[in-house]
Amino acid sequence: MWKILLKSLREFKRPSILAPAYVSMEVVIECIIPFITAYLVNQIRAGCGIGVILRYGLLLLVMAAFSLAFGRMAGIACATAASGFSRNLRKDMFYSIQSFSFGNIDRFSSSSLVTRLTTDVNNVQMAYMMIIRTAIRSPLMLIFAIVMAFIMGGRLAFIFVAVVPFLALGLYLIIRKAFPIFKRVFRRYDALNGSIQENIQGIRVVKSFVREDYEKQKFEKAAEEVRQEFTRAEKILAFNAPMMQFCLYVNMVFILTFGSYVIITTQGLNFNVGQLSSLMVYSFQILMSLMMLSMVFVMITIADESTRRIAEVLQEKSTLTNPANPVTEVKDGSIDFVDVGFRYSDKAELMVLQNINLHINSGETIGILGGTGASKTSLVQLIPRLYDVTEGSVQVGGLDVRAYDIEALRNQVAVVLQNNLLFSGTIKENLRWGNPQASDEELQEACRLAQADDFISRFPLGYDTYIEQGGTNVSGGQKQRLCIARALLKKPKILILDDSTSAVDTQTDARIRQAFREFIPETTKLIIAQRIASVQDADRIVLMDKGRIVAVGTHEELLATSEIYREVYDSQNKAGGKQ
Amino acid sequence: MKQGPIFKKDTLKRLLKMLFEFYPLALPLVLFCILFTAAVSSIPSVFMQKVIAVLEQNQGGNWAQVGPQIFRLVAVLAGLYVLSLASSLAYTQAMAVITQGSLKKMRQRLFHKMQGLPIRYFDSHPHGDIMSHYTNDIDTLRQLISQSMPQLLSAAVTVLTLLSIMLYFSLWMTLVVLSGMALMLVVVKKLGGSSAKYFMRQQVSLGKTEGYIQEMMNGQKVVKVFCHEDEAKAGFDAINDQLFRDAEQANTFANILPPVVVNIGNLIYVTVAMAGGIFLLTKVNNLSISGLAFSISVIVPFLNITRQFSGNINQVSQQVNAVIMGLAGANRIFTVLDEAAEEDQGFITLVNVREEDGLLTECQERTGLWAWKQPLEDGTVRYTRLAGDVRLQEVDFGYEKDKPVLHNITLFAEPGQKVAFVGATGAGKTTITNLLNRFYDIADGKIRYDGININKIRKSDLRRAVGIVLQDTNLFSGTVMDNIRYGRLAASDEECIAAARLTGAHDFITRLPEGYQTVLTGNGGNLSQGQRQLIAIARAAVADPPVMILDEATSSIDTRTEAIVQRGMDALMKGRTVFVIAHRLSTVQNSDVIMVLEQGRIIERGSHQRLIEEKGKYYQLYTGAFELE
Repeated sequence: MWKILLKSLREFKRPSILAPAYVSMEVVIECIIPFITAYLVNQIRAGCGIGVILRYGLLLLVMAAFSLAFGRMAGIACATAASGFSRNLRKDMFYSIQSFSFGNIDRFSSSSLVTRLTTDVNNVQMAYMMIIRTAIRSPLMLIFAIVMAFIMGGRLAFIFVAVVPFLALGLYLIIRKAFPIFKRVFRRYDALNGSIQENIQGIRVVKSFVREDYEKQKFEKAAEEVRQEFTRAEKILAFNAPMMQFCLYVNMVFILTFGSYVIITTQGLNFNVGQLSSLMVYSFQILMSLMMLSMVFVMITIADESTRRIAEVLQEKSTLTNPANPVTEVKDGSIDFVDVGFRYSDKAELMVLQNINLHINSGETIGILGGTGASKTSLVQLIPRLYDVTEGSVQVGGLDVRAYDIEALRNQVAVVLQNNLLFSGTIKENLRWGNPQASDEELQEACRLAQADDFISRFPLGYDTYIEQGGTNVSGGQKQRLCIARALLKKPKILILDDSTSAVDTQTDARIRQAFREFIPETTKLIIAQRIASVQDADRIVLMDKGRIVAVGTHEELLATSEIYREVYDSQNKAGGKQ
Repeated sequence: MKQGPIFKKDTLKRLLKMLFEFYPLALPLVLFCILFTAAVSSIPSVFMQKVIAVLEQNQGGNWAQVGPQIFRLVAVLAGLYVLSLASSLAYTQAMAVITQGSLKKMRQRLFHKMQGLPIRYFDSHPHGDIMSHYTNDIDTLRQLISQSMPQLLSAAVTVLTLLSIMLYFSLWMTLVVLSGMALMLVVVKKLGGSSAKYFMRQQVSLGKTEGYIQEMMNGQKVVKVFCHEDEAKAGFDAINDQLFRDAEQANTFANILPPVVVNIGNLIYVTVAMAGGIFLLTKVNNLSISGLAFSISVIVPFLNITRQFSGNINQVSQQVNAVIMGLAGANRIFTVLDEAAEEDQGFITLVNVREEDGLLTECQERTGLWAWKQPLEDGTVRYTRLAGDVRLQEVDFGYEKDKPVLHNITLFAEPGQKVAFVGATGAGKTTITNLLNRFYDIADGKIRYDGININKIRKSDLRRAVGIVLQDTNLFSGTVMDNIRYGRLAASDEECIAAARLTGAHDFITRLPEGYQTVLTGNGGNLSQGQRQLIAIARAAVADPPVMILDEATSSIDTRTEAIVQRGMDALMKGRTVFVIAHRLSTVQNSDVIMVLEQGRIIERGSHQRLIEEKGKYYQLYTGAFELE
C-alpha cells in the first residue's frame, strides 16, 4: 500500500532522505557523548589536570553543538518531507478525482471522498513523520547503544541480549492483540459519529416527535460499545510502559550487582566505575528506543486503513476515457439513440433504460415527461457522455459520443443538472464557469435569456453579489435561473434542462422558453419537466415510464393517443389550473 | 477560527473538576500511583551513589566482604522496584479505563446537552462545527487525559525529587544544573510558544482546505459537466499549498524542540562533568544535605541525575502542543455545555382519558382520547379535551431582536380545518409553523391551543400534539419499519403498515429489496427524494397528532404520484387541524382558508373561491402574473 502512496513523494524525496541521514548523525553523536564522558570521568578519577578536563569538555561541547545542528536540520527536513508528502497526496487525490467519471463518483460517495482527503491524509502524514524520524532513530539508537554497551561492558552487556528478545516478543504480542481491536473500534467510532450527524441534521424531527430520550438511549448504546472496545485496546497497549520499566529494572539490578562483582574481582582493570555509569545510560537508551519503535508500529497500524483508502482513490481509473483519435468538432445538434440499453453498474440486475430508439433533429425542442423513477435523467446523461451506454449507441451530430474528445463534446452539450449547485464566489465568477472569457455584456445577455438579469440588477451589488457556499442566499428559483444562464454561456449546440425550472413560476418559465425560441433557435433543447405546461409547446414530447419510451408526439397527438399523458394532464389541470 | 484567547483561564481547573467528578475514588488513587512511581524512579541514583561509594572504599578488596553490602543495597532497590512496578501496572491499566470512561461521559454530557438545546442553536451553528466537538475536540482531550496529564504530573514529581536528591549530593553542582535548566526553560517557552501559534494557524488552514474539499466534492458532477476540472485544481492548489506552508512551519517548530532540549541537556551534562572535575581538583568544599565531600561517588550519580532531569524537561516540552490543543478543545466543549438549554415552564400535560357520561377521567392505557391536564391552584385538576383548536392573536416575532419577521399575525384554525400559507420565500410561512410547536418563542401576542396559552403547556406534550412534516426529509439509519415507527415507538408492525398504506407509501416500500425490513443508510440515500417524503408522511401518520403542519411535504413528489397520494393525504388530514405550506397552488386550493403572506404580514385571507374573486395578490399568483420569489 505504501508503495503506491510513495509515488506522490516527488520533490520531497530529498528531505525524506536527508531527514534520516541527519537523524543518523545526530544519533551517532548522541551515543558517543556518554562514551567520552565516561572516559573523562575516569581521567578525573585518575587525577588528571584541569587542562585535560577542559580539553575533553570542549570536545564534548562541540559534539553537543553538532548534535544540535543535525537535530535541527533533521527536524526541518522531516517537517518539510511529511507536510510535503501529505500536500502531494491531497493534490494527487484531488487531481485523480477530477478525472473521475460520474460512475466513479457514484462509487465513492462525496462524504467518503472528503474523509479520505482530510482525516486519512492526516493519519498518513503523522505516520510518515514517525517513520522517517523515529523509525530510523530508534533502531539506530538500539544498535549503536548495544554496540557501545558491549564495548563498555564486555560480557556484562549480554544482559541486553537476554532482555531485548523478551521485550520484542512482548511488544509484538501487544501489537498483535491490539491491532484487530483497533480496526474494529474505528469502524464503531465512525458509526457513532455517523449517528450523531444524523441526529444533528434531523434535530427538528427529533424534537417534533419528542424523541430526545430515545435518541439518548440510542447514543448511550453506541457510545458504550465504543468505550468498551477502546478500553480493551488501550488496556492492552497500557502494558507497554510497565513492561519497559520491568526490563529497565532488571537491567539495573543485574548491572549494579554483577558490575560491582566484576569491578571488585578484577580490581577495576577490565571494568570500572565510569563504565558502570555509562552502561546504565545505554541500558536506558536501548529500552527507550524499543519503546519508541513500538509506538511507531502502533502508528503504522493505525494509519494502515488510511493508506488503503487513499490508495483506492489514487488507483481508481476513470471508467470513461478519451478515444485514440478523438474528434474535436461537433457538427450539429442532432441526437440519435440507437437500441440503447443502460444500467449504472455491471452488478445491477435491472436495466435502467431499455430499447431506446429516438432521433432528434438539430434545433428541435424536445420535452421529456415521466413519473418518479422513469429514468428521464439517465436518458439525457448519456448525451454528454456522463455515463457510457451498456448496449447500443448514442450519437451526437451523426457520430457516436465515444468518438469525441470528452471536453469538446461537453462544451457543446450543456446540462443543467437536477441538483444544480452554485459555488461560493460572486455571481460573475459563478457565471464564468460557463465561459471564462465571457465579457460582462455576454454575462448580462445570458442572464436576460434566463430571466435572471432582473433580480440580479436589484441586488445592491448586482453581478458582484457574493453567493454563499451552496447558494443559500438566493432563492430556489433564482438559483435555477442562474444555473441556466451559466449553461447558456457555453453557447452549446445542445442544451439539456433537467427539471431546472421547477421552482420558477409559470410566467417566468414561459418567458425563458420564449427567449430560447427567439434567440437560440439553432440549439437543440431537451427539457425534462414535471409540469406539462413547461413542455406543452415543444416540437415533440417524449413520454417515459419505467426506463422505456412509451409515446412520442406533439402535445395534441399525445392527448389524443396516450392515456398516461391524458392522466397527467388532467391531474395538473383539474387541480392546479395554470400551476 | 474565532478571535480571542484560545481557552479561558479556568478551563484546566474545570476539566480537572469534571474528571474528579467522573471518578471521585479511582482518580486520586491513580494520581497517587503516578506520584509514587515517579518518585521511585528517581531514587536509584541514590543507591548507585551508595554502591559506587562502597566500591571506591573497597578498591582491591575481596568480594566476600563487599558482596553482602552490595547485595543489601540492591535488595532494597529491587524491593522498591517491585513496588513501583506494581503501582505503575495498576495506574496504566486504570488510566486506560478512566480515559475512555471519561471520554464517553464527556460525549454523553455533550449529547444530552445537545438534545436539550433550542432549535435556534442548530439554526445558528454550522452542523460541521457542532460535529467537530464530537470528533476533533474529544480527540484532543483523549491525548490530554491519557498522555499529557500523567506525563506532566510524573515529570513534575520527578523533577522535584531529583532536585532534592541533587541537593543531597551537592549544592554547587545543583546550581550548575539549575542555571542550565533556566536556559532550557527559556528556550522551551519560546519555541513551544511559536509552535503552538503555528499549530493554531495550521488548524485554520486545515479548516479552509476541508471547506473547499467539501464544496468541490459535493459539486463534483457540476465540475464535470462544465469541464471545470482545471480551475478546480488551480483553486485547490492555492489552498493546499498554504496548508503545506503552515503545516511545515508548525511541524518544524515541534520537531526542533526535542533536539534542542536534548542537546541543551547534553551541554548541561558536559558542564556538570567538567564542573565536577574542577571542583574535585580544586578541592572546593562541598555544601550538601548529606555532608558528602566531592568524590567520584558524588559526581558519577550526579551525571545520571542530570540526564534524567533534562529527559523529563524534554518530555514536558513534547506535551506543550498537546496541552494547548487539548485545553482549546476542552474550552470549546465547555462553551457548548454552558449554552442555555431550551426553557420549559409548562405545567399542563397531555394524558389519556376515558369519557363516561361526559366526564373525563384519566387513565394509563391508550384510548385514542386525549385531554390536557391542568392542575389548578385549589389542588384540583381540570381536564380539557384535546381537540386541535389553534389561535394566534397579534403575534410578533423576530429571530433577532431588532429584525421583526412577523407582524401582528392573527388567525384561528378550528378543529378539522385546513389552513394554507402562501407567499414568497422569506414571507414568514415557515416561521409561523416554528412558533406553533415552540421551536421559537414569540416576542409578543398569544398563541392558544384548545384555549390554553401554549407557554403553559409542557413542551414535550405540546409537540406530541403537533405533528410536522418538513420539506427536507430526515430519515435515520435503520429499517424502513424503524423509520415509520419513529412517529410512535409503541406502534405495532400492523399499525406502521396501515399508516404507510394510508399515505400511499406502501406500494413502493413493498417493491424495495427487503420491503419494510430494507435498511436505510445515509439519510435514505438510495431512495428518491419523493420516496423519502412518503416515508416521512407515513411516520407522521403513525404519530397520529390532532394538529399537523405540512411544510412543502409533497414538493418532490411528481404530480401524478401526488394525485395518487392525494387520497391518502386527504384521509390523513381528515378530522385534523392542518397547516399547509406549499409552492404548488394545487396542493393548497382546497383549504378552508388560505393566508397570503407578504413580508411577515397577512395581506389576504379567505377561501380559494373568495380570493380569486377578490382579484388581489392570490389571483395574480394563481394566474401566474406574479412570481413566487
